[in-house]
Amino acid sequence: MSDIIINDEVDITDVMCPVTFAKAKVALEELEDGQVLSVLLNAGEPVRNVPRSMEYEGNQVLKLTDNQDGTFTLLVKKGGTK
Amino acid sequence: MAFSNEQLERYARHIVLKDVGAKGQEKLLNAKVLIIGVGGLGSPVAMYLAAAGIGTIGIADADVVDLSNLQRQIAHNTEKIGTAKVESAKETINRMNPDVTVHTYQTLVTKDNILDFIQDYDFIIDGTDNFSSKFLINDACVMAKKPFCHAGILGFQGQLMTYVPGEGPCYRCIFHNPPKKDEVPTCKQVGVIGAMCGVIGSLQAMEAIKYILGVGELLTGYLLTYDALTMEFRKVKLPKRVANCAICGDHPTITELIDYEQSECAGV
Ligand SMILES: [Zn+2]
Repeated sequence: MSDIIINDEVDITDVMCPVTFAKAKVALEELEDGQVLSVLLNAGEPVRNVPRSMEYEGNQVLKLTDNQDGTFTLLVKKGGTK
Repeated sequence: MAFSNEQLERYARHIVLKDVGAKGQEKLLNAKVLIIGVGGLGSPVAMYLAAAGIGTIGIADADVVDLSNLQRQIAHNTEKIGTAKVESAKETINRMNPDVTVHTYQTLVTKDNILDFIQDYDFIIDGTDNFSSKFLINDACVMAKKPFCHAGILGFQGQLMTYVPGEGPCYRCIFHNPPKKDEVPTCKQVGVIGAMCGVIGSLQAMEAIKYILGVGELLTGYLLTYDALTMEFRKVKLPKRVANCAICGDHPTITELIDYEQSECAGV
């Protein structure tokens, strides 16, 4: 998995639902299909819902890493499932 | 476009929608909608479009707020009695959403000014209460190739349809001419349930939003009718554009706009 090129990053640990997904989505919409966004998100509600919403909208979740500090890093490929 | 944190939060429920997203919200913020008549119908239209972040909203109305308006015209309030409706509505919009630029036209919309008003807007809302204005708005929008949403309400009944140039019949294709003066009661003699304005006005706002987003299907070629007593919505398929329609037909006979007498009433 070390060959994943990350095209942009966004930190959504500073906002609450539903702004979490909205903020990640705004960042993702700036990318081209096939590009990868790295999302820093909090444990709990965000980590349960944001990856699912990303997949529901036709993107591909590549990796979800527990940073062991109450946050996770999510790698999403835009439009990866289409 | 970069959204501020405040905008992200304000429009989050739009942005998370698959059919809207950041790009859709950007379209709404860049859109310009003109509301002709900010009374019963125009009030909820103005408020929902403002809340949605339509970047530019024009409102045209010659009237001042009257106590008898407040049973249904929710953009206005008791403190605004005697104030111009466009000013009252502008304040309501500004308080709701500072992202919206409001242009006010405190004048009767006539054959002499309507083309100037509509030319700067992407979509027009007919929120007027009389047949003369409804035919004027239709004819002007056909001439200027502008999409608009018509609505009429009376008592417990409401209806609406949307005209998009080249995509279906116009209001005149279906209704031909305003009724004669003695065929319809005057406005003040006919009542309407205030919530009817909310039902139909909200649907008009929905048509404008869908048009701007380019999603779903509009009421082009359809008349949606609502009967509150039987609680029935009917989507009536309309005939195709009428080839000999006086305004949108192949050889239009109306080449100049008409101000019909203002006394007829099409509801509120
Ligand atoms: Zn026609």
